[in-house]
Amino acid sequence: MTDMLDIVVSAPFWIAVLRIATPLIFGTLGVLLCERAGVLNLGIEGIMVAGAFAGWLAVYNGASLWTGVLVAAGTGAIFGLLHGVLTVELALSQHVTGLGITLFATSLSYYAYRVSFPKVTSPPTVTPFSETHWFDAAPLIGKILGAQTALTLLALIIVPVLAYVLYRTPAGLAIRMVGENPAAAEGQGLSVSGVRIGAIVAGSALMGIAGAFLTLSAFNAFYFNMINGRGWICVALVVFASWRPGKALLGAILFAAFDALQLRLQQSAGATLPYQLYLMIPYVLSILALALVARKAAYPQALMKPYRKGER
Amino acid sequence: MRLELRARIPVAIALASPFAAVAFTLLACSGLIVWAGAPVGRAYWLLFDNAFGSRFAIGETLTRATPLILTGLSAAVAFRARFYNIGAEGQLYIGALAAVAIGGSTIALPPALLFPLMIAAGMVAGALLLLLPALAKTRLGVDEVVTTLLLNFIALLFVSTMLDGPMKDPTAMGWPQSLPIRSELAFGKLLERSRVHVGLLMAIAIAGALWIVNARTSFGYEMRAVGANARAARFAGISVNAVMLKTALLSGALAGLAGVGEVAGRAEYLTLDMSPGYGYSGIVIAMLAGLSPLGVVLAALFVAGLIVGADSMSRAVGVPTYLADVIVAVSLLSMLVAAMLTRYKVRWS
Repeated sequence: MTDMLDIVVSAPFWIAVLRIATPLIFGTLGVLLCERAGVLNLGIEGIMVAGAFAGWLAVYNGASLWTGVLVAAGTGAIFGLLHGVLTVELALSQHVTGLGITLFATSLSYYAYRVSFPKVTSPPTVTPFSETHWFDAAPLIGKILGAQTALTLLALIIVPVLAYVLYRTPAGLAIRMVGENPAAAEGQGLSVSGVRIGAIVAGSALMGIAGAFLTLSAFNAFYFNMINGRGWICVALVVFASWRPGKALLGAILFAAFDALQLRLQQSAGATLPYQLYLMIPYVLSILALALVARKAAYPQALMKPYRKGER
Repeated sequence: MRLELRARIPVAIALASPFAAVAFTLLACSGLIVWAGAPVGRAYWLLFDNAFGSRFAIGETLTRATPLILTGLSAAVAFRARFYNIGAEGQLYIGALAAVAIGGSTIALPPALLFPLMIAAGMVAGALLLLLPALAKTRLGVDEVVTTLLLNFIALLFVSTMLDGPMKDPTAMGWPQSLPIRSELAFGKLLERSRVHVGLLMAIAIAGALWIVNARTSFGYEMRAVGANARAARFAGISVNAVMLKTALLSGALAGLAGVGEVAGRAEYLTLDMSPGYGYSGIVIAMLAGLSPLGVVLAALFVAGLIVGADSMSRAVGVPTYLADVIVAVSLLSMLVAAMLTRYKVRWS
């Protein structure tokens, strides 16, 4: 027990927590944006793969790290546009289309990787983002933040920005309105499909960055299966966060804390339990979190309901 | 742009739309073949020839199609009732694990008893794994999509634990693999000099049975009613939750059976790389088939052919095998669009 306490109060632990949380923050905010506009986006798992690959490939070919992040966001946006046209304009099933986008983005990325690097056995690497050390002068918190890369800081900044946009700007009101009551939004002269597609494109760009964090900051190469269910966990976290950016940040950090703890216990407890049991913890936690909040979850009213002008 | 429901669907459009979707897919993916530096016509020809062009190729395609028919049916049954079971991959592995637990054991029972027991164990295991998210949905209102997806990871880690520990074959040179299924419990071969096994006949028979259940029984009607409009079904006196649970048990059992067939019919023992995503492909197959049980058989042959053909084609002209996955994904999306445009008319206004 004291072991666990020692772990939880140490700075290296919280440095790891923020690092694990970063892709979840980007991804969860991305899902949140889509769902607030009324559209489920199960394409996230594949969009994260595509973002991870495209961002890394750009940097590998000589682009700067930030250009890589932009490329990842753009790649995510393109897949988001596809998802938007199919689910909003053509009103296809959001479940099936999302899974289709995941299959498409994943297989296309793997195909492109194999075409670009037919012979390599160990994945080629890039020089990733480095720790900023901007806040080293400040005590504890400064040390934890300073040990992060700029992408993690960006994730932390985007949370209040997104909250401000959603709750304090006309654009945010439009997004929430088409997700709650599209007919009323139409009555206000808004283009429901335009706002929805815009939100999906922006949300998918965030998912692309979530993927790029893994290849450009957490690691320095692209691996197969590197997303490993993180996208699905983001979909669960959004429900847990009741579609609020602040709670999404909290959920991602809480989740990452359990994940980091699991990693450390795995190392300190040695071989007493099979390592697979520790690896199950994040997935089990996500399911428990969903079960916990499901009864009182306030889904956006129009989530998964396609909107057709003049139809009731 | 707006969509208008067609009063009557013209026969020509209904017939042409699947072909249009396939043609679009092949056209779109030919760009990828050019990018890989291979001749398009030859690559597609090799793909087809290696999937259906010889006795050996057909045998391999049928072998691959066997688990795909079952996972396809698993998805089709569940999706028909709007129960989105995305967890067939996990159910398949748990089914296979239960099958090797019985079939690889030294239980002293006659094979005539053990054989049905092995099959039942796999189906029950798959069904029970899906019962959890189904109960969470009906009792607590937890969305099943995410829970079934996450259970795939948990199931695979559980199988990995068992193959590293209590169910590991000690003679397997340290590889995590299970004891083999006893030879008297293995599925019989259908064709000599091929890997096609009795599981194929089982899968096709089940597809036929499900077609009858769908079209002719009250349970089939209830599943469709719940899927079409759960509220209306409730007013009509159907117990929506009971139908949902029964559907889930059926869907999980079918995916579990796919796992039984893989260990008892093809691989003999269970490893962690036994399925290249048969569970996920099942969803695509069900959608390509428009959720029709007989269509699932055809769609499974199509996807199996792509997987088998792409393997040999890749070795011959150097196009990565992932092309098969891209073709499957693009054909899914274009088939969805084609089906929508068959039912609706696009008005640009």
